[in-house]
Amino acid sequence: MNVLDSLQLATRALRVNKLRSALTMLGIVVGVAAVVCMVSVGAGAQAEVSERIRTLGANLLLVMPGALNSGGARLESGTQPTLTEEDAAAIRRALADVQVAAPLLSHAMPLVAGNRSWTTLVAGINPDYLVAREWQLAAGRSFTGSELETAAKVAIVGSIIVDELFEGRAGFGETFRIGNVPFTVIGVLDKKGLGPAGRSQDDVVFIPLSTAKSRVLGAVHGTTRDALDFISIKVADASAIPDAQADIEALLRQRHRIRGDAASDFRIENPADVLNARGASVRILGYLLIAIASVSLVVGGISIMNIMLVSVTERTREIGLRIAVGARRRDIRRQFLIEALTLALAGGLFGAFLGAAAAVAIALKAGWPILISPWAIVLACGFAGVVGISFGLYPAHRAARLDPIVALRFE
Amino acid sequence: MVISGSAWGSEMSLVHVTGISKQYACGAGFVRAVSDVSLSIEPGEFVAIRGRSGSGKSTLMHLLGLLERPDCGKYVLKAREVANLSEDARSSIRSDEIGFIFQFPALLPRVSALENVELPLAYAGIRRQERRARAKDALDRVGLADRVHHLPNQLSGGEQQRVVIARAVVNNPSLILADEPTGALDSRTGDEIMSLFAGLHRDGRTIVVVTHAAEVAARARRQITLHDGRIVEDIPSQPRVPGKGGGGSLPQ
Repeated sequence: MNVLDSLQLATRALRVNKLRSALTMLGIVVGVAAVVCMVSVGAGAQAEVSERIRTLGANLLLVMPGALNSGGARLESGTQPTLTEEDAAAIRRALADVQVAAPLLSHAMPLVAGNRSWTTLVAGINPDYLVAREWQLAAGRSFTGSELETAAKVAIVGSIIVDELFEGRAGFGETFRIGNVPFTVIGVLDKKGLGPAGRSQDDVVFIPLSTAKSRVLGAVHGTTRDALDFISIKVADASAIPDAQADIEALLRQRHRIRGDAASDFRIENPADVLNARGASVRILGYLLIAIASVSLVVGGISIMNIMLVSVTERTREIGLRIAVGARRRDIRRQFLIEALTLALAGGLFGAFLGAAAAVAIALKAGWPILISPWAIVLACGFAGVVGISFGLYPAHRAARLDPIVALRFE
Repeated sequence: MVISGSAWGSEMSLVHVTGISKQYACGAGFVRAVSDVSLSIEPGEFVAIRGRSGSGKSTLMHLLGLLERPDCGKYVLKAREVANLSEDARSSIRSDEIGFIFQFPALLPRVSALENVELPLAYAGIRRQERRARAKDALDRVGLADRVHHLPNQLSGGEQQRVVIARAVVNNPSLILADEPTGALDSRTGDEIMSLFAGLHRDGRTIVVVTHAAEVAARARRQITLHDGRIVEDIPSQPRVPGKGGGGSLPQ
């Protein structure tokens, strides 16, 4: 009797009691499904985080106006411009580790081209911003120095703008209006996908910062024409980030004349940290669920043992008969072991399928990449198999030890 | 002890048993199911072991079939001492040399007649195709060629017992052991089954039938009677079989 025969026997025995077999597998199904699902979700979330960090640009720090812990009363905001172009320039000048300090001023504005309109984020930048974000152009060129100086009415647009406003035409060279101001498209941005906040980064129009201030967005920050939304800083090296963060803090506090322990009127954010923290919380939740799933696998193993013991008793006569016609103890033992293993593996495969399906559903819902880890499936099914064998050993041993005479008389 | 059969037969016999006993724990004491039995069976014999229930005839059959180990005594099967072999060695002898037929048609439920007959071949390690062919052939010989794919519960009692017989002979065993093969059947079906045994005997097979029914025992050529675990009578095979004479009955 070879393994194939034993396998055939096992599947047949399990098919006889379909409902019972299915219920016995349930613990394993739930356990494996949870493991596969959580590992896949965790991997998807992690990939999402990495992707967002990548599209953000490496080693990026953001300096934003407004103190983080000011108790909700930002007294300074009306009294002085919190962040200015001069701040950005000073950071760039003073700190060796800072490669780029790019100011940005933005606001949502209505766009019109021909008979089509679209409302989107219009951001005033200088070319440093594209460097900080490691953002390439798909077509055209960046702003020139003279365009920045003369506040030229030129724009670089994201791919969504091309689709929405120019109906998929190249976009390059087209003209459109922001509010009432006519602009010419000189460049089209590469696609970036979703940003940290979950909004598409391709739905954007960049214009020179000077143009934004003087012609389009000047009135946005009512109190001062110099105020910025934030400064994007590219640090030379990841290891230099903590130092750079402290240096920027000190420099800006000095420039803003903040003394002693007074709260800063700006804050420095490391977007990668925020994203990583979010990824870590998903991972920790995943580990917790995997721990629970392991308990389920063990419980599933116990229910396999339970049913196998019942099965050995029920089939006492069959065992006696098999021994009478020449089965050796190890044939009997193998038969029941393979049956337990088949139960566990079938449960494992079904669970892996369910878990993968759940992971796909969650990934689609959350907008994460779908990453079904084959290792998770192999490991979870392997663990299920180990559970099946370890909990099948004792019942199989009991079956193999039956006295054929007693077994044959058993009714 | 007064023993029959020791006068003839030798270690060259198919079965050569000397002084085997088997006792069971029963309550505080022991019950001697088989007590100091010696006998020899030659190839081709058709032997009936008779006795009332409790006479030890089933235990003797289990001992002969290596399902049980004797407490003492010698058992030589095909010139090989088998009484004290390991569990696995006895299994492989059962699979190669012995075919069992039980009172209640002992078939695996939910498995077709064909696969039931294949069972001993499977444990003997014979390949699937050959297994199938031989099982079909065996079923054909017991007249069930058209029933190979039926499940046991789709067969009558007599047909089930035929499947069991086919299974017992499929691996060409040296010894066929039948325990009350007609016990669960009506007399007409029982007759048919006994005719099958007669046919197997004509084919030269060695058969031992354990029964309490005189009419079943009457079909055999040699009749051994057991009482309280001892052989009390051994009516030998037909005198016309040369070289098998002698050793008449020796009542206590």
